[in-house]
Amino acid sequence: MSDILVYVLHYQGELNKNSLGAVSEGARLAGELGGEAHAIVVGDGDDLTEDLAASLGSYGAAKVFRARAPEGLAQPVVDAMAKVMTDNGHTYALFGGGLLGFEVGAGLAARLGAGVTMEVTEVDVQDGKLVASRPILQDSKISKSRYKERGVIIGRLNAFEAKESGGGAAAVEDVEVELSPQATKATMVERGEQRGEDVDIEGADVLVAGGRGLGKAEGFGLCEELATAMGGAVAATRAVVDAGWYPYSTQIGQTGKTVAPKLYLAAGISGAIQHKVGMQSSENIVAINKDSNAPIFEFSDLGIVGDLNKILPKLTEAVKAKKGG
Amino acid sequence: MAAVPSQFPPPVDSPDEFVKRELDPEDERIEVGVAIVGGGPAGLACANRLLQLIAEDGALAEQLGEVPVAVVEKGKACGAHNLSGAVMNPSALRELFPDMDESEWPTQLEVEKESVYWMLSSKLALPLWPVPPPFRNHGNVVVSVAELSRWLAEKAEEAGAYILTETSAQQLLVEDGVVRGVRSGDKGRGKEGEPLGNFEPGSDLVARATVLAEGTWGHLTGAAIREFDLGAGREPQVWALGVKEVWEVEKPLDRVIHTLGWPLRYGAKWQEFGGSWIYPMADNRVSIGFVAGLDHTDAEMSVHDVLQQFKGHKRVRRILEGGKRVAWGAKAIPEGGYWAMPKLSAPGVVLAGDSGGMVNVPRLKGLHYAIHAGILAADAIYRALKNGSTDLRAYEEMVEESAIGTDLYETRNMKQPFGRGFFVGGAITNAMVVTKGRFPGGRWKNHRDADAPVFRGGKSRKYPKPDGRYTFDKLSSVFITGNATRDDAPNHIRVQKDVPRELAEAWVWMCPAGVYELPEDAPQEGPVDLIVNYTNCVQCGAITAKGGRLTPPEGGDGPLYQIT
Amino acid sequence: MKICVLVKEVPDAAVEKRIDTSTGRMDRSGEKNLNPFDTHAIEAAMQIKEGGAVPVEEVVAVTMGPESAVRALHKAVSLGADRSVHLSDEALAGSDVAATGYALAKTLERESPDLVLLGQQSDDGECYTIGAVVAEHLGMPSLTQVIQIDVEEGKLRCERQAEYGYDTVAVELPAVISVGDAINEPRYPSLKAIMGAKKKPLDGLAAADAGIDASKVGADGSMVDCGDFTDPPQKEPGQIIEDEDTAETVEKIVAWLEERKLLS
Repeated sequence: MSDILVYVLHYQGELNKNSLGAVSEGARLAGELGGEAHAIVVGDGDDLTEDLAASLGSYGAAKVFRARAPEGLAQPVVDAMAKVMTDNGHTYALFGGGLLGFEVGAGLAARLGAGVTMEVTEVDVQDGKLVASRPILQDSKISKSRYKERGVIIGRLNAFEAKESGGGAAAVEDVEVELSPQATKATMVERGEQRGEDVDIEGADVLVAGGRGLGKAEGFGLCEELATAMGGAVAATRAVVDAGWYPYSTQIGQTGKTVAPKLYLAAGISGAIQHKVGMQSSENIVAINKDSNAPIFEFSDLGIVGDLNKILPKLTEAVKAKKGG
Repeated sequence: MAAVPSQFPPPVDSPDEFVKRELDPEDERIEVGVAIVGGGPAGLACANRLLQLIAEDGALAEQLGEVPVAVVEKGKACGAHNLSGAVMNPSALRELFPDMDESEWPTQLEVEKESVYWMLSSKLALPLWPVPPPFRNHGNVVVSVAELSRWLAEKAEEAGAYILTETSAQQLLVEDGVVRGVRSGDKGRGKEGEPLGNFEPGSDLVARATVLAEGTWGHLTGAAIREFDLGAGREPQVWALGVKEVWEVEKPLDRVIHTLGWPLRYGAKWQEFGGSWIYPMADNRVSIGFVAGLDHTDAEMSVHDVLQQFKGHKRVRRILEGGKRVAWGAKAIPEGGYWAMPKLSAPGVVLAGDSGGMVNVPRLKGLHYAIHAGILAADAIYRALKNGSTDLRAYEEMVEESAIGTDLYETRNMKQPFGRGFFVGGAITNAMVVTKGRFPGGRWKNHRDADAPVFRGGKSRKYPKPDGRYTFDKLSSVFITGNATRDDAPNHIRVQKDVPRELAEAWVWMCPAGVYELPEDAPQEGPVDLIVNYTNCVQCGAITAKGGRLTPPEGGDGPLYQIT
Repeated sequence: MKICVLVKEVPDAAVEKRIDTSTGRMDRSGEKNLNPFDTHAIEAAMQIKEGGAVPVEEVVAVTMGPESAVRALHKAVSLGADRSVHLSDEALAGSDVAATGYALAKTLERESPDLVLLGQQSDDGECYTIGAVVAEHLGMPSLTQVIQIDVEEGKLRCERQAEYGYDTVAVELPAVISVGDAINEPRYPSLKAIMGAKKKPLDGLAAADAGIDASKVGADGSMVDCGDFTDPPQKEPGQIIEDEDTAETVEKIVAWLEERKLLS
């Protein structure tokens, strides 16, 4: 019988969706283990209300611990979670994908002398214990982690789906945390500054990527409209970045960024391996290309052989209609 | 419609760009004893031999200072840019390390059986029996030249050599007609050559003697040949392009195989001289490659695609069935033979290995000559250093009198007759083999590869569409070489802009790495300004034979060959 | 100020990475290189030293690895480190990220650094957090994915991109900072520096020298077992639509997207 403690990140009164996914996952696993999934939220602002914390019950948390400590930094959370796990005997700590999760999870593993696995895509129960699977070697293999005692499991971005379990409000327990010396030595000066020009390619759920098939730099206008309609961002291949059609910060591939969005829509991209390695882990790949022999059709989930100049504008309209209507 | 590549020479000014005539001030120079350009078999054999000699000679060791031997290698590691079949005559390793037990040599396996096939079609193969003399390899060993170079580099480093990888040699340092060393390439330049934030200029590597062992396309070798007129009185050098793959197979191959014929064409008008090899390697691997002369006239000739086509032959498919491709690469080979070897020395410098054209074409051998030449270069330099001289002409005689000179002389005319076509050429060459080169004698001329006119000959119709299992496209092949050059690197390839369509297409097909691309709006007739995807370049050197010029990119760029 | 830079030797990006089936661990034969992210860490150290805001007495490169790892140290030194420390011991083989972090922390303790810099991830481990583990053992504040560092006496001002945008964090020294690759453009070493690297001091340490408890490291001391390698599930072949009636095609695409909840 093992309990799982799930870290939940929040910001400006909203709970992080990767964290919600982790809570749902934790609840599912705890059920199989015959234990409970508890959540922990850490913060020092007024937005961390009892209601907000209790709402985690609808994602399956049986109890929520709330600790007052500086926000947005990892080490105070390590202190909070270590205390809760030590006092309450949780066997596992679970995190949704995201930077803070990595930092907290690693520090917590060191504090507790636990085993830790990151970039986890799947968790199962075997013989009453959790086994975490993660891809390695550029997603070419999967390795399974088994923990000798406690385990710290850190999910990959978007690995766990948030599911409302139908549970009611969870009980909230306030926890006093004594901060370790290192936790007091970092101070947040400014949090969450938005910088206009930088679009977060790596964090986007939807990417509309353009390649040589667009024909000219102006072709990216079509991609931008579709991306806006879908609430995503625009990316590019090396060839068009070289030609100056789009900035390097959006380049995907062997010599650019590696992404794994929920949807990667490739317009006018042949799918040579140098590009493929940058996006092959995308959950859904849609390709539009007028050449039926383009390699991209070998690994796309949905391939359309046709003229993107005709298809993209109509698709944009249809998407707007679906979403607006 | 035909175009002659040599009429569209690349924008290059060798004496101006590649020779530096004033040395940096003393405190900025790097002084070494001997500078060796090229971390392949020739260069590393030279390094090892020199260090053996220096170890026995304390006085010279002191004279040469802190860095007695420096090897400059543009690849990420020694061997990263080495590629060959290869079946090597082990005599050279015996000579370099006489006290070493053979079991320590980095060889794949010993040749036991051998076969030669004349491929008549995609299904028929006629075994040639008895095996023609040039193809007899008993006593020789199969090696991976990339592995061999790594091993030689380790030995050289243990002996005290400074191996400077990721360092290109961009210019020859020449002062008062004497070669004083080389200048290393700059790092951190952008697309237009502009210095970037982390720009690091190269340095003058000043040495008492320099060895150019750059391999098939000696960049500085070319500069030295121009500067000191080392080609005077000799035939022009000609090249072939070899494209190779390494496969893991289910059934180990039991013999060394060479083929001629299909898919190459026999007519003199095509100038398709070459053939294939299939060699067994250790651990159930097989090395398979195709070689063809770069004086081919069909603009659609692509050795990479010919190799893919060749793998469809019934016999070859049987060997590769159920297997997996684990490596790919391409490299040019000098095929000019004896008459095309340049003068091998100038004051302060010697040429060794493929850079000096030391390849025996009929026997397909060059590795052991490269190592022998490296040893001879070391001996000649040692003697000159003891006498405080920069006169290295003794090296030329040593090479002439060695097996290199003898063997190359015997086979001196054996490639040229194939200019008359497969059958006439074959007959003449056979006569030469039987009479050990004496009949017919004389000096057969070489014709520059770039002088051969190119026209559309339809060869590409037979190339297979890549299936990703047994046949592959160029881009995914480049990918597995580990080539990941940064996108904002400057362009290291020189080709003329606005060339005739046939020539543009010839370059597009010829390049095994897909560097050249026709723009979508290229006119069907008339001048084409090719797109040059130079970051794909695996530095095989073919473009230099066919009217362009490969210059060394930033050190560390290019493929990372490991078992080619 | 004394800066220690943690570096790692990893298989070159070009080498096909595979599992050595006989040991169950990553096959580490083949070409190796200094972890590219660590070159950013060394560059950051050098920029702090050259920036002059705070005097830096020395930059020390530290690595844990087999014999061949000295090459990573030579490279670090050719990029400007003053000396290096090589922790190498049979007992450490097979250590997981937590055990490695512990061992490195013990090694760093001996050096008493004011600032520890490292690259935020390594090409082979594909973990992003060893900095946090090291910091925990050293009792120092830690920050990862840092893309800007400003140094003042006794403290740092760091920027990094987190879940909600850019954070600016003030950190007191001594601290452990993991840097992202966007932080700087690493310099190229000069030939002189490359050739002089072998002459700089290099200390070799065994686990005992660093006071490492052998029961906490190695395969046995690691708290997680990562064996059991499998191939990822084969992707189902996708659907292909030939566009003839674009309106119809677009309808099909939208239906497909809706099915997968991609239009919410």
